[in-house]
Amino acid sequence: MKHDWPLYEVFVRGKRGLNHVHVGSLHAADDEMALHHARDLYTRRNEGVSIWVVRASDITAASPDEKDPFFAPSGDKVYRHPTFYDIPEEVPHI
Amino acid sequence: MSFDNVYESLTEENDARWAFGTGFEDPLSGVDTSVPSGMDGDRLAAYCLMLGDDALIFSHRLQEWCTNAPELEDEVAIANIGLDLLGQARLLLARAGKADGSGRSEDSYAFFRSEHEFRHVRLAELGGGHFGHLIARLVVFSTWRLALLQRLVSSADPVLAAIADKGVKEVAYHRDYAAQWLVRLGDGTALSRERMQEGLDAVWPFVGELFRTHPVELVDAATLRPEFDEILDQALAAATLTRPELGELAGVSGRTGRDGVHTEQLGFLLAELQSVARAMPDSTW
Repeated sequence: MKHDWPLYEVFVRGKRGLNHVHVGSLHAADDEMALHHARDLYTRRNEGVSIWVVRASDITAASPDEKDPFFAPSGDKVYRHPTFYDIPEEVPHI
Repeated sequence: MSFDNVYESLTEENDARWAFGTGFEDPLSGVDTSVPSGMDGDRLAAYCLMLGDDALIFSHRLQEWCTNAPELEDEVAIANIGLDLLGQARLLLARAGKADGSGRSEDSYAFFRSEHEFRHVRLAELGGGHFGHLIARLVVFSTWRLALLQRLVSSADPVLAAIADKGVKEVAYHRDYAAQWLVRLGDGTALSRERMQEGLDAVWPFVGELFRTHPVELVDAATLRPEFDEILDQALAAATLTRPELGELAGVSGRTGRDGVHTEQLGFLLAELQSVARAMPDSTW
């Protein structure tokens, strides 16, 4: 069946997750319906405690054509990684 | 510990909550199912059977929408609601078998009773129609059932109270889902509005029965009516729909679903629901 419901992207935060993670997409007529559908499609197995939905058309994405100018310059700058420090044990999530 | 993928969290859980095939445990396994003193076990069993049958039969009607819903997303939503109700039915039928001391299993109740032994309200067995019919039934059923379960949370039977407490969270979502569609269709296009009103008109003759006082019931259904009316009127106003002015469908000599008197639709429903279990009793897979 052909319809013109817009595409939404769904982000779910798991029970012990720290951040919302992209889990998939769906079609819905409005934001509220998108949230309902996200709950019904992506949290059926007790995966989540929080859901974000956003219209796919509202996401600005980097273009694959610009991959090199965007990402290649950071490839050889190892000194930007904080690997030369000892991280104290009590600092979490690094 | 963080999970980059929410589905990873699944692997850490035990899978006892999954029901694979047949042969799964009694849903009340490990629960103290003795009947509280001062309570009539037979009456409690009969009441649990009524509420369990409401859930079982309505769940079956919702399952029929699998592969038939207008949108893939809504198909899953409807199936989820059906599964919630099936879960409630399992607990309630199991409770019935324990409360009257018969030890009868949920499957025995579901698959080996005849039409006149089912005690659900006739609304639950209504099938067919379009999406507007489904939404009308779901709005009415979930608004009524939520009000009922909220009362039962303080039931004198702790098992029934716990089942109700679980159900309240589920049915609150069902009502929300249905009410959103009621408003969307009612306040939508001329066609969607017409369909939604058709659905309401079709379900309305079965509403009166929901609030009929029955001697077995532990909560007097008649007392739920004001709350039901208030919530439904709010939803109907938001949906710009009108409450149908239709009389109640009569029973047979005053007897209706709660007394085992049903519409002609139930026989066909049970044939589908029960035929496999009856053709191959005690088989497992």
